[in-house]
Amino acid sequence: MFETINYQIHNNIAWITLNRPDKLNAFIGQMNKEVQQAVKQADKDDNVRCLVITGEGRAFCSGQDLSEVNEETNLGDIIRAYYGPMIKEIARCDKPIVAALNGVAAGAGMSLALACDFRIASEKASMVEAFIHVGLIPDAGNLYYLPRLVGHAKALELAILGEKITAEEAKEFGLVTKVVPEGSLEKEVEQFAVRLAAMPTKAIQLIKRNLKESWSMELDDYLEKEAQGQRIAGLTADYKEGVEAFLQKRKPEFSGK
Amino acid sequence: MNDFTFIRTSVKEQVATIELNRPEVLNALNRGMVREVISALEMFDRDEDVKVILLSGTGRAFAAGADIDEMADDGPIDFEMNNPFADWDRIARVKKPIICAVHGFALGGGFELALACDMIFAADTASFGFPEVNIGVMPGAGGTQRLTKLLGKTHALHWLWTGDKMTARQAYEYGLAARLVAPELLMEETETFARRLVNQPPLSLRLIKEAVDAAVDQPLNEGMQLERKNFYLLFASEDQKEGMKAFIEKRRPDFKGK
Repeated sequence: MFETINYQIHNNIAWITLNRPDKLNAFIGQMNKEVQQAVKQADKDDNVRCLVITGEGRAFCSGQDLSEVNEETNLGDIIRAYYGPMIKEIARCDKPIVAALNGVAAGAGMSLALACDFRIASEKASMVEAFIHVGLIPDAGNLYYLPRLVGHAKALELAILGEKITAEEAKEFGLVTKVVPEGSLEKEVEQFAVRLAAMPTKAIQLIKRNLKESWSMELDDYLEKEAQGQRIAGLTADYKEGVEAFLQKRKPEFSGK
Repeated sequence: MNDFTFIRTSVKEQVATIELNRPEVLNALNRGMVREVISALEMFDRDEDVKVILLSGTGRAFAAGADIDEMADDGPIDFEMNNPFADWDRIARVKKPIICAVHGFALGGGFELALACDMIFAADTASFGFPEVNIGVMPGAGGTQRLTKLLGKTHALHWLWTGDKMTARQAYEYGLAARLVAPELLMEETETFARRLVNQPPLSLRLIKEAVDAAVDQPLNEGMQLERKNFYLLFASEDQKEGMKAFIEKRRPDFKGK
């Protein structure tokens, strides 16, 4: 049903693979919509407990396909109609999302990676804030997430200078969780995703929710939010299992319920 | 309890709950459902064992609008003769607190029903809107009036003209939703609040509601007169004597609702 991406589920993990390798997985409107649709589908699917987004071929994603825009294009409308809804869908997703950076993540491709919860990079991968080189500003949520990940000063530096960020640098800036050898990216990501998929899924959702909202809340309001979150977590089967396993000195088996 | 077709009702520890119950159509309001909601509200208003009334919806939404099929072929004379909105006016005459718990959508008539309640508790994933404009009509059960009183003219026109959906966060910032709650805890938190009201002196709650409604609808001077009369009136209650005595004796008051 998808044409610009591949969507597969195994071991409770939904793999979303950007699949326009001859264009370095550049975004066209259809791909925005399909990523959005796939994330929504995975979020609703009870069999899915973790998502992975990666790219087919040499690149993760090279950003907007420039052959799709011309002088007549209203770039604001593209954000409103395509990138905005996709980024919002990712932000709404309750389950953990891992970006597996197999190659370059440029422009909106970098933005897509930033919107995910974790980034695992091949040593050959790189990121680049390409926008400034064509006289544009980082979009698709880029400047929203970037300072939250690396701080204001570094975000400004990266966005304005637009220099290539190697995988090692990305690790140093706090942009990626892990850098792995090129050949073992898939295996490493798989292991990482399997680990996430076996964790208490509801608690992960609540952690995501609270962390995100903490940015716009006063402490008093946040603490009420926290009380509600802990109340919800305390009602899960995974909490019960976690405590039982602890008392019985065994490994817990979380069902995600 | 009474036989209802479109709603479910229950009473627990002096809190009555009315649930819109047509989940297969996202609780779209038809005239029968509105009539049942009002019957239930009036029934609980008279019921001595009920102190607070909660209104909510089963399934994925509170209420995603009105049953369009029911009115598509109506003419103005049909409306005049059937007078369907007269039922709605009776909601405002219920004296006990009515708290509305909104999850999912509260659209069109569903939004109007929520606005007719005293307070809205919203799941933070809920959304509100008046899509009537998109089908060539407008709200008819108080939407333009109640939304404007809460939001002011400018914002009210924006939402009513566009038919766009307002997020729960926006509704909260406008003061339209009293509280935002995680969706999983919407009923629990709303009930906790209702239970607090159960322990408050019922006559005070009633006369406060009457005075606050007057503040919304009447000129200041008339509202002030009503407030004063209601204040005097409470001095005829046993709960006033008990409340003030308990305060002086530094103990918790035991209110009887008399």
